[in-house]
Amino acid sequence: MDLHDAQSLVLRLINDANAQFQKVPGSAILLRYIKSSYQDDPVRSAVELFLFLFAVRYLLAPTYSTQKQKHVALTEEEIDELVDDWTPEPLVASPTAFEELENEKRPVIVGPTGPKSKLSNGRTVTNLASYNFYNFIANETLKEKAIQTLRTYGVGPCGPPGFYGTQDVHMKTEADIASHLGTPACILYAQAFSTISSVIPSFSKRGDIIVADKAVNYAVRKGIQISRSTVRWYEHNDMEDLQRVLEKVTKEQAKKPLTRRFIITEGLFECVGDTVNLPKVIELKLRYKFRLILDETWSYGVLGRTGRGVTEQQNVDAAEVDMIIGSLSGPLCAAGGFCAGTEEVVEHQRISSASYTYSAALPAMLATTASETIALLQENPDIMVQLRENIKAMRGQLDPRSDWVKCTSSIDNPVMLLVLKAEVVASKKLSIEDQEFLLQDVVDECVANGVLITRLKSMPVALGSGPSDQGWQPQPALKVCITTGLSKKETEKAGIVIRHAITKIVTRRK
Amino acid sequence: MPTRNINPFTASSPAITSLDAMNEKKEPARRSSFSKVNNKFSQLFSTSPKSKSNDAATLQAALVAQQHALYNSPSPQINSSTLSLPTICLSTATGEKSPMEPTTLFQPPSPTEARRIARQHAQFGPLGSQSHRYSSKFEGTEFAEPIEDEPPYYFLITTYISYLILIVFGHVRDFFGKRFRQKHYRHLKERDGYAPLNSDFDNFYTRRLKMRINDCFSRPITGVPGRFITLLDRRSDNGNNTFKLTGTTTETLNLSSYNYLGFAQSEGPCADATEQAVKKYGISLASPRADSGTSELAVEVEDLIAKFVGKPSAMVFSMGFVTNATAFPALVGKGCLMISDELNHSSIRFGARLSGAMIEMFRHNDMRDLERLLREVISQGQPRTHRPWKKILVAVEGLYSMEGTMCNLPALIELKKKYKFNLFIDEAHSIGALGPQGKGVCDYFGIDPAEVDILMGTLTKSFGANGGYIAAEKHIIDKLRVSNAATLFAESPTPPVLVQIASALRIIIGDIVPSQGEERLQRLAFNSRYLRLGLKRLGFIVYGHDDSPIIPIMLYNPAKMPAFSHEMLKRKISVVVVGYPATPLVSSRARFCVSAAHTKDDLDRMLAACDEVGDLLQLKFSSGVAGGAEPIPEGISSDMEKEYGRQAGRPGKALIATPPRWRLEDVLKRGVEDVKVPLR
Ligand SMILES: Cc1ncc(COP(=O)(O)O)c(C=O)c1O
Repeated sequence: MDLHDAQSLVLRLINDANAQFQKVPGSAILLRYIKSSYQDDPVRSAVELFLFLFAVRYLLAPTYSTQKQKHVALTEEEIDELVDDWTPEPLVASPTAFEELENEKRPVIVGPTGPKSKLSNGRTVTNLASYNFYNFIANETLKEKAIQTLRTYGVGPCGPPGFYGTQDVHMKTEADIASHLGTPACILYAQAFSTISSVIPSFSKRGDIIVADKAVNYAVRKGIQISRSTVRWYEHNDMEDLQRVLEKVTKEQAKKPLTRRFIITEGLFECVGDTVNLPKVIELKLRYKFRLILDETWSYGVLGRTGRGVTEQQNVDAAEVDMIIGSLSGPLCAAGGFCAGTEEVVEHQRISSASYTYSAALPAMLATTASETIALLQENPDIMVQLRENIKAMRGQLDPRSDWVKCTSSIDNPVMLLVLKAEVVASKKLSIEDQEFLLQDVVDECVANGVLITRLKSMPVALGSGPSDQGWQPQPALKVCITTGLSKKETEKAGIVIRHAITKIVTRRK
Repeated sequence: MPTRNINPFTASSPAITSLDAMNEKKEPARRSSFSKVNNKFSQLFSTSPKSKSNDAATLQAALVAQQHALYNSPSPQINSSTLSLPTICLSTATGEKSPMEPTTLFQPPSPTEARRIARQHAQFGPLGSQSHRYSSKFEGTEFAEPIEDEPPYYFLITTYISYLILIVFGHVRDFFGKRFRQKHYRHLKERDGYAPLNSDFDNFYTRRLKMRINDCFSRPITGVPGRFITLLDRRSDNGNNTFKLTGTTTETLNLSSYNYLGFAQSEGPCADATEQAVKKYGISLASPRADSGTSELAVEVEDLIAKFVGKPSAMVFSMGFVTNATAFPALVGKGCLMISDELNHSSIRFGARLSGAMIEMFRHNDMRDLERLLREVISQGQPRTHRPWKKILVAVEGLYSMEGTMCNLPALIELKKKYKFNLFIDEAHSIGALGPQGKGVCDYFGIDPAEVDILMGTLTKSFGANGGYIAAEKHIIDKLRVSNAATLFAESPTPPVLVQIASALRIIIGDIVPSQGEERLQRLAFNSRYLRLGLKRLGFIVYGHDDSPIIPIMLYNPAKMPAFSHEMLKRKISVVVVGYPATPLVSSRARFCVSAAHTKDDLDRMLAACDEVGDLLQLKFSSGVAGGAEPIPEGISSDMEKEYGRQAGRPGKALIATPPRWRLEDVLKRGVEDVKVPLR
């Protein structure tokens, strides 16, 4: 009885469903297809059905996730308990002895900075610690021009370049730099330090290849890190090693799709002080078809007859270098950085370089100052000759003459880096940390004798990183910056003070 | 280290030197009684010509009297006929003793004088009426998310269709272009063994979408980006590929710069101080902070900032972007977790990526999502090892520059107490712009800054200078000074910039030119609410919180971006339009940044322009749920309304959600008074 009812119900349902199905447009075609395919090839129909079911299952399945698998299911109470139990570490670790020392010893300058600067302890010292190589800081004409700009533009442009922050003075400064260097275009950043860290990732992406000098500075390293590109290091300034690495990369990549490839190196190395062999790098870059990103932060305004940097010094056409990054904040006594290259290189950065697109533009008065100082460099290259004289005078007091230190900087680098000689380090068994302490003592001794110098700062290591991923670190060094604001005599005198201070401190150490 | 005042006026003229000395002496008493002390300062810093031969004492007395009179009378009776005269601008007052009739001595200025005043007012408009002020402060108990209105489906669908058409056309053009105009596509192809610098795919958006509206971006300007901004006119003959300057300029009303407090000025106390600083200190320090780039000015500014934001210690940097980019690596690393709002600024992401910490995101301003995430990550620990996290740093912004929303600080502090994370707030846009004293979100919500671990901000915006700062406990700052890469390697902020910051801060605090700082803060608060309310009443969909000086209105269709920008430019107003990828695909918008330098008349002009353009481009599509409704009828308070709404099952929403389409006249007529009650 019941069964019969049920049977008729089912039949009715099937009939209804059939009628509905017939009404759906296209159903006849589907039916015919199934029928004919079943007749032609039942196996195929089975396979198709199977595939169809699989597809349905696949679409309905929860999204696949690696995280979910590791997930430990917990009840709300357990979570509360875990939350209560969790005690985070303090936000910053307690300072080390050396860090405390550094905070205490950091000089504070009262009044204007210059070749003679007054410190907060009331003493006036000879300042060999700032990049004021040509003493443009004291230049009255520059000040006047800056004030004129201030009186027409105010201070800050109150917005990023893309949103009404581009002022005519920025465009002029860009043009000035480009014509000084001899590149088609140039882009102006608001800060020198961040320029290269932002230029690199705007071109080099994941999967691209970077071949970089081992001794590049911190900002370059950070740029490489952000880019997530594959990076290969070559020994510092070792052109054979560079060639070897390029060769290797080219071989490895021969089968793979072509990706962007970059060589990154510095003009004057911030951490070592020596100069790149640019013609050789260019030759290799052309041979292996790499692009060259050259960080001229420390060489622009310093090397060459009119301060154009390594390209001028080594007679290389700036157009051979794909991107030249430089600073306007050091010897040029303005602020900001730039990247010079082709139109394509520059325009691409305007929309995709983070610290340009998402940061306010450079204050107008600093941009005009940069234009002025670039003009000054071109108009009287004599100051560069004078600077080199002073460098020579200082070296005369230090490099061959000191028994303890040697200068790793190249001959026309006004930033003289003095490291302890290998035999001194060996005989006194000085660890890196010992050297830092020792050199800090030298710095203090110099300041006590009226000469302000500083140390090369080691690169901060990432928090929580083990010793294995620390990478290359420069050897601790004293940093002596030469300036034309001092006469040759004064420079020599300061050199003697430094030499004696080194001798005194190093000999004191057993 | 003795705190020296940054007053570069020393020794430039005897009168000024004595003032400097006075300033030094009175330092201790300053905070408590600045209304009495500094009137000589207001004279010194006032923008009135110093050559005026008025007896200084009379002037001073008059100023004090006038000031008091203005402050004591709750709403000075100023009729509209006097509004156009710069009577209220205190600095132009003369030796008149009777302050209630301030304009009786008004004399037609000489042509040079008139030009000077016009110039001054082009940078910072005079306050029209004392009633155009308000104090930006959080009121109420629960900080509600702003309601986001949605347009009719028609606009959403057409938006998608527009993008579809743009993309299809783009591909068609690419298809033919790559075959017939190879020269133009060379840079996207492999060229003698070099991969293209930017990939075809990544470049598609720029080439095919952004290029069409390129003329709305990066418009070059000249002069001060103050109340007005002068654009350099340009023209393109090749579809916005390149531009040529035509040599002419257009002065436009500036609703685009982050000049919240109007400190973008080339004259006045800040510029005067900056000029003296250049003379005394030179332009640069040419050295990183850690070498010899720490000057007394930097120390001074750091002290000022620390005091201002209410933290024990602070440090300054020469760029806001780098402040973030280097702060995070010095705070978190491997084994730490960073939780970031999904809409955080690129600099925060930059820093987070450099730090090596794990990064998690939560939905914009969604505290429930944040809590869910916190419970998840704390209970699960580090991935794979399941070890507990070393620390968790939550990074949010005080005020979001594209949304106009503020972070929900009260809720964050609650969560922080429970989940023990560290809180980092980027106050780039909120410092100076929010709170009754301009001290940012903490001030706005009345929360002790000690509750927040790290307050970061930029000096580019409200202070009209450049750079960034971090304020925190002393031991944190001390640690950052030695471990933060920007202190070690980056250039230090330059003396003129530092002095601009210091003098702007002093004005805000009220140390110099008393009452001007307050005026700026209150004008900004009024202007922000006034424009926002007006736009809502006209029928625009406006995003963000009521007190935010960032006011985005929604455009949706991509073609409306250039259209809106052009129409506004035709009416001599510059605005920022943003679309994908800075916003989600559909929500293209125009963004207005209100400034204290704007007058009510400027905003009225803006409203009138928006009214016209809104009709023209069909932009008035709000439904009324997000505000702009008719005022509450007499006798009903907003609490009663809320209660009613709750009963009716629609909590938080307006009583009757009729689409607001006010007539411009009504908007202007009712604006001033309605701004001062809770907006609806
Ligand atoms: C939230 C936020 N942080 C940081 C910055 C960067 O500041 P600056 O322009 O000073 O580099 C900005 C600027 O746009 C910002 O909006």
